[in-house]
Amino acid sequence: MDSQLLHDLKSLLGSEAVLHRPEELMLYEYDGSVEVARPNCVVFPRTTADVLAIVKLANQYQTPLVGRGAGTGLSGGALARKGGILAVFSRMNRILEIDIENQRATVQPGVVNADLSAAVAHAGLHFAPDPSSQKACTIGGNVSENSGGPHTLAYGVTTNHVLSLEAVLPTGELIRIGSSALDSPGYDLLGLFVGSEGTLALITEITVKLTRLPEAVKTLLAIFDTLDDATETVVDITARGITPAACEMLDGWTLRAVEAYVHAGFPLDCAAVLLLEVDGVAEAVQQHAEEVADICRAHRAREVRVARDARERDLLWKGRKNAFGAVGRLSPTYYVQDGVIPRTKLPATLRRINEIGVKYGFQIGNIFHAGDGNLHPLILFDARDEAQFRGVVAAADEIIQFCIEMGGSITGEHGVGMEKDRLMPLLFSEADLDVMRDLRAAFNPQGLLNPDKIFPSKKGCGEIHVRPLPLAGAPSA
Amino acid sequence: MTSSAFSPSVTSRLSEIVGATNVASDFAQLATYEIDRKLPAAAVRPGSSEEVAEIVKFAAAERLALVATGARTKLGIGCAPTRYDLALDMTRLNKVIAHDPGDLTLSVEAGVPLAKLVQILAEHRQFLPLPVPFANRTTIGGLIASGVDSPLRQFYGTARDFLLGMEYVTGEGVATKSGGRVVKNVTGYDIHKLMIGALGTLGVITRVNFKTFPMPLATRGFIARFAIAENALDMRHRIARSALTPLTMEILSPRVAELFGSDAATRYERAPMPGDVISNTEWALTTGYAGNEQVLDRYANELKRLARESSATGVTILSENLPPAWARKREFIPIALASSPATTIVKISVLPVRMKEAIAVAQKAAELNDLRWAAMARGLGIIYFAILPSDHTEQWRQRVTTAASAIQEACAKLAGHATIPWAPAEWKTTLQIWGPSRPDAAQMQKVKSVFDPQHILSPGRFAPNL
Repeated sequence: MDSQLLHDLKSLLGSEAVLHRPEELMLYEYDGSVEVARPNCVVFPRTTADVLAIVKLANQYQTPLVGRGAGTGLSGGALARKGGILAVFSRMNRILEIDIENQRATVQPGVVNADLSAAVAHAGLHFAPDPSSQKACTIGGNVSENSGGPHTLAYGVTTNHVLSLEAVLPTGELIRIGSSALDSPGYDLLGLFVGSEGTLALITEITVKLTRLPEAVKTLLAIFDTLDDATETVVDITARGITPAACEMLDGWTLRAVEAYVHAGFPLDCAAVLLLEVDGVAEAVQQHAEEVADICRAHRAREVRVARDARERDLLWKGRKNAFGAVGRLSPTYYVQDGVIPRTKLPATLRRINEIGVKYGFQIGNIFHAGDGNLHPLILFDARDEAQFRGVVAAADEIIQFCIEMGGSITGEHGVGMEKDRLMPLLFSEADLDVMRDLRAAFNPQGLLNPDKIFPSKKGCGEIHVRPLPLAGAPSA
Repeated sequence: MTSSAFSPSVTSRLSEIVGATNVASDFAQLATYEIDRKLPAAAVRPGSSEEVAEIVKFAAAERLALVATGARTKLGIGCAPTRYDLALDMTRLNKVIAHDPGDLTLSVEAGVPLAKLVQILAEHRQFLPLPVPFANRTTIGGLIASGVDSPLRQFYGTARDFLLGMEYVTGEGVATKSGGRVVKNVTGYDIHKLMIGALGTLGVITRVNFKTFPMPLATRGFIARFAIAENALDMRHRIARSALTPLTMEILSPRVAELFGSDAATRYERAPMPGDVISNTEWALTTGYAGNEQVLDRYANELKRLARESSATGVTILSENLPPAWARKREFIPIALASSPATTIVKISVLPVRMKEAIAVAQKAAELNDLRWAAMARGLGIIYFAILPSDHTEQWRQRVTTAASAIQEACAKLAGHATIPWAPAEWKTTLQIWGPSRPDAAQMQKVKSVFDPQHILSPGRFAPNL
């Protein structure tokens, strides 16, 4: 890295806000995915003015620049694929305004998702998007990735809850788009920027909607002896027009891993469970809970448990939200997929995923948002074994191929990032991708901001190149 | 009316693409494609997205300005196009490509009438929460491109909240797409959101994918009447703080009763309005809700209590009459447009607690200028303020212009904004249709340049350079 740039960054931000030693940088070469890319330096802006100045320096030195929140992302979106400056927003973590009457909050991007909900809980409100990493992930990251979560089935994903953004374009312009009042005149730039995976701008301020907490909640755990019964139940719930607040599925293998870690009281001998939640006004919740339980029983659920109180409910959710961590205890590495399928295709897809696991000799755990068809197969492998690497990529590709054949998508909430860019041609034509690339170039003309993300490189387009996953612990490029 | 004829070579190329029977160039036919006193030189009716792409490619090469049209109910929104050579009539793209009831997804061509979808979905007890103005005629493409909202946005949001993907043709004639057909998807940029409300200035929408919704159980309507707006808004705030999550919530001003009871109103909704539920001299809060019997009882009781606490002068609960009564709310805009020779509708958006001041400001601006008015405010902070002048003479134009700009200025001070989506064609040049210039105008320009570098898609309708 240019020592003059490093010097400039230090004099701008103070030396305690600039990291550049290899042992420091190693901490920032990962996110929640299996990707690895090491930045040349890491900086911690505290203000929008800092961010503007960092962008100016990146331009001056023609250095790549990547924004990052808590680094919990699952597609390498916040990794410095081409090196350069990694701007970590963890110190821009102030809640700037809470407006209870209008149900709005304005926050800096580094505010942790769960902290905002905690700050407004006293008024009976919350920030609805609830990724499993919500205790760590930042709202800036949520906005960049258009994050989902278990309750997005009923409440929508991040883009449905963002009203306005202040952001710095890679050209150094400070922009404000959208407005606290609805229907900001002109093009829906918010719709474009939310979920653009940090490729269009660095976000410096976010205004979001706050949602009233439901009056009543019932959480059910339905236990099944076969995977098919569980998936058929989901199809039936959807077809009957019931929209639970959440509808999560864990297969038996994952469940046992989770139980060993969380001790939530999950049964150890079943093939799958559905974690279902209904909420709303008390009179509706009672009825919906009974309907959902009846459907589960009609599909041979062995048992339907209802959480008796908040403690039991929290325990069930703790199991769900810590599942990835639980699996991490059992395997040196896992590769989590994020494919989406039409919900009627759940039974067939789960069967196919199992076949793929057997074919390649991998244990695949399934824990996912069944209600909206968003799968998260976790393929367990050892990253130190090169043959396993190739196998895991091939298995993952087969799963994604199947999702696409079913009319689905390659990512429901984790983003494309640097992990799935090569898969984009499976869904989009070169013309589709060109329009998206042109849009990126309109705001990020030199490509300095988060380079080589989302879109596959033009070379060799139309065919899929299997890029070997980087070895854990191996030095990155 | 202005229009200029094409050279024979242009007409023959268009005929080559879509067939001679699908090219109209005689005056009588073209008159039906009028936008703000302008007529195109030809109207073409493509039958496929490939034909749309061919036409746009040709238009881009020839620098012909084109406006995509559906049922032509909302072409009056926004500014007049600065150029208008070609009407691209999308109504032949009218196929329902797929409805997967089990997945609650739907894929349709842009020219499909909303009414047809309502029918198809109802067979499966599903629906699209888009009871928008001109619901009986509008096409899907038109309702998306115009960005109109509906009473159901209170609970279900607007189209952007349940639009899953889109196919469209860029201003260079490239058929392309974004999003997909599954209910959750973060693959690539959400370009389809940019197309909503862009009035066809970024692309020609050819196909749209939606999430559909299960039809709610029994629905009821609740109407509370108030002496003053402040009390109706007070009730709105009380509902927002309660556990209730109604499906619709509109506050109606005095005179809306007169509008809803007029002959003009029956043109848009034939089902009769129940008598005496709203009054010509009072404000009303109207809200719809759904659920099982206990839920309906709970809503009725709580709403009655909240109405009382907000000093309502009377309440009515509607059951069987709900759809017709609610249809009038849906059609507020066309009914208002039909209620004066020069209706000008200001769309105000403020934070919910600011609605009181916004309504007061608008009311004062209208009354200072001796203008009749009626307003419908959505619970979320959107106010449709219809100014109803008695004539469209110069004197009335001046009064409306003065009132509208006073409202726009005041809304900016309230940290909100106000646009004038509907106004008489000849007044548009003196009104700030899209409000004062916005700080993000430069960013919108960048987007426009990507999609329509030749400026041939509905040029000028959206803003001078968009």
